[in-house]
Amino acid sequence: MTRTYDVEDLAHWDARIREKVQEFGLTCFSQEFEVCDHVQMLGYMAYHGMPSHYPHWSYGKAYERLKTLYDHGMTGLPYEMVINSDPCLAYLVKENSLCLQILTIAHVYGHNDFFRNNFTFQSTHPELVIRAFKARADRVRSYIEDPSIGLEKVDAVLDAAHALSLQCRRNPAIRKLSPEEQRARAIAAAEPPADPFRQIHKRVERSEPDLEKVPLEPEEDLLLFIRDHNRRLAEWEKDLLTIVHEESQYFIPQIETKIMNEGWATYWHRQIMNSLDLPQDVYLEFLVRHNQVVQPAPGDINPYCLGLGIWEDIRRRYDEPASTESEIDDLPRKSGRDKLFEVREVDRDVSFLRRFLTKDLVREMGLFEYAPRDDALIVTKVPSDEEWEEIKQTLLHQVGMGGVPVIRIVDADYNHRGELHLQHDHDGRDLQLEHAEKTLAHLYRLWTRPAHLETVVDGESCMLSYDSDGFRLKEMD
Amino acid sequence: MSAVFRPYSASDSLRSDRSATDRLRHRQKVRQAIRENIADIVAEEAIITQDPDRVVKVPIRGIKEYRFVYGKNTPQVAAAGEGEVEKGQVVGKSQAEGPGSGAGDAGDRPGVDYYETDITIEELVEIMFEDLHLPDLERKKLRESLVVHGTRRLGYRRAGIRVHLDKRKSARQRIRRKVAIHGQQSDAETAERRFPFHRDDLRYRRRVPDVTAESNAVVMCIMDTSGSMDAMKKYLARSFFFLLYHFVRTRYRNVELVFISHHTEAREVSEQEFFYKGESGGTMLSSGYGKALEVIQERYHPSLWNIYAFHCSDGENLRTDNPEARKLAQQLCQVCNLFGYGEIKPRASLFGHSSMLDVFKDLDADNFEAVEIKRKEDLWPSFKALLLHERNPEEMMP
Repeated sequence: MTRTYDVEDLAHWDARIREKVQEFGLTCFSQEFEVCDHVQMLGYMAYHGMPSHYPHWSYGKAYERLKTLYDHGMTGLPYEMVINSDPCLAYLVKENSLCLQILTIAHVYGHNDFFRNNFTFQSTHPELVIRAFKARADRVRSYIEDPSIGLEKVDAVLDAAHALSLQCRRNPAIRKLSPEEQRARAIAAAEPPADPFRQIHKRVERSEPDLEKVPLEPEEDLLLFIRDHNRRLAEWEKDLLTIVHEESQYFIPQIETKIMNEGWATYWHRQIMNSLDLPQDVYLEFLVRHNQVVQPAPGDINPYCLGLGIWEDIRRRYDEPASTESEIDDLPRKSGRDKLFEVREVDRDVSFLRRFLTKDLVREMGLFEYAPRDDALIVTKVPSDEEWEEIKQTLLHQVGMGGVPVIRIVDADYNHRGELHLQHDHDGRDLQLEHAEKTLAHLYRLWTRPAHLETVVDGESCMLSYDSDGFRLKEMD
Repeated sequence: MSAVFRPYSASDSLRSDRSATDRLRHRQKVRQAIRENIADIVAEEAIITQDPDRVVKVPIRGIKEYRFVYGKNTPQVAAAGEGEVEKGQVVGKSQAEGPGSGAGDAGDRPGVDYYETDITIEELVEIMFEDLHLPDLERKKLRESLVVHGTRRLGYRRAGIRVHLDKRKSARQRIRRKVAIHGQQSDAETAERRFPFHRDDLRYRRRVPDVTAESNAVVMCIMDTSGSMDAMKKYLARSFFFLLYHFVRTRYRNVELVFISHHTEAREVSEQEFFYKGESGGTMLSSGYGKALEVIQERYHPSLWNIYAFHCSDGENLRTDNPEARKLAQQLCQVCNLFGYGEIKPRASLFGHSSMLDVFKDLDADNFEAVEIKRKEDLWPSFKALLLHERNPEEMMP
């Protein structure tokens, strides 16, 4: 029953898949496949798929975890592992069946197209990715080997930087203002608003903008801010912060488009596989595998399932809208296919779900909201007519970078003692305090002065501080 | 758009264990974390009841990677697998704080609060005792005692008593001498000339006293099983015996366990019975000590065995028995390497009750130590006190 195959067979199927890819209008980077065994695959997975990556114990931990899960049969290997680079790099596990390889190849082209076309990836410089990772790895290694620095010190900085790596700006489409622009904006904001009845109104006092303040506007890029404003850091420490920041910048688009991206690849692998005229046994295996992939994960969100469901729904609404839906769509009327390609370019998960997750879909996917109460997780909302929108709102908060609290630096000279003052943008969700404490400790280590985080705990404004005496939680009046 | 396939190469795969160093480093961190949390880990019930060769899961903190994450009052959306869910339905257990969806990718929720790692009890015990900083020399001294088991053969000698004469060896010596004198002549030529044994030909087997280094130890677990010992007290006692047993095991090759339970009378019992069988009645500590001395007399002679005796009780002894108990404790100290008394008082409210600590306070022995255990957190510190005392007998009196 199982078919044997070699690399030539794979190349043959790949050529046919590429024909289809072109026929469907996907525009991809050129593609490289590397055939590897499962041990190598686990290795790649631990390092986010990167062929070269700087060393850090956390990747050893990730590997051990993956290996344990794999050895105990708790998880299989993912069929595909794709890297957003130009040429796009993907791995095929040699133990997989021919059908899985074909499926994977088709799926990979979906991701490839998405990487190339979605706006969030525009700033990732795919042509440089592999080299950039290699260069960063070399830099970190050189610091480790430097006898005046060494592994311990490098690890300590990396530990701290990793803790803060996701505390950065989320939407790459919004340009970060340069200090000059921020200054101009502060001055403009201090101007009184234009008032056509100036003559009859009382004159507004012009308030002087505080241009000495650092930062001028609340700053979300924690690592970069520390790098640029902590003069006590050595060059190599600053470089490590840059490295960690750059790396997280590379991964954030993938975090931000998980559902769209997987849904897109799944949508197209199905289209391709259906059009390939596969031998019957391969086709039947494909159906089984495909259904496993898009199976809803009870108690969790399966991005393949949710993403595919939404993409399909978009196409259906544009190609064959139900009578009740004809009014809601934009004009001029687009074909389903055109709309798909437009959406894959201009949306990320949050906007994708906000725009296209309908009540029917929420129901169809069986989405519900749950929250912890006492020791148990209790279902709090089910997709009824009244509550489905609240479920959707909760979902919008949890996808992509929504799961990372927004924390901004508001003052780098707090109490006039060079201490760091941060604010948590509280949206109803409290911080997990143990994590907050330990992360603040990391922040303190990097800033080398006390750090204060303003947040809300159980409805009370609180200041979490970390200084040489350790952690403190103080309620504010 | 083009595609390239890079075929699999087995040699690349063999060379590509890229995570090896990072794994090693992680492993070191785990050990470090275990060492730092050893007191908590030792107090874990699950570990204490495991048998020694098993692999246990040790919950450790400290190598978790922290980030700012959301905690409680964070609702989550999930998909129902099959069928409908109803409002108020319980869909899982909440972790200590906030829902967790397992450790994982960046941006994910915090996973389980503990990171668990596999470790054998052996390895754990090793880390535990590394923590005590016992000098090796000290260990060696304790480990071996020289015992003569009669004699054994060791080579040959020219003088000796008749019964040790080795005929074959002696005959060979004679032939050797004969050849040396007459050269290689045929038997026919030499046959008629007699060539007798000489005194120098004789070889005797040499016998030397057989001294072996013994490393035997016996751990005498004596426990009060009177009515006042409840499950909690027994658990604490058991934990203490566990530590003692493993400590002794790190030092001796052959370790035996003796369980003696007593109320007003003492019996030697099986391990199972010892820990799980409850009894009732009053308490006479002297009975337990008497039994221990009896067992030592019968089976574990102090010249062959290193004896570690440990007694756990809640200190409620029949008052009239105290002088006798003290006398026998004194005797036990004379035969044991270490005699420890642990008074288990889980509730502090028992003031006014008798305590054996007072009775034993002025016991005149270097190798006696009494400790008090109130909570399971006390286990490791008291155990450490006990062992450190063993190291420096002169520093003993608290």
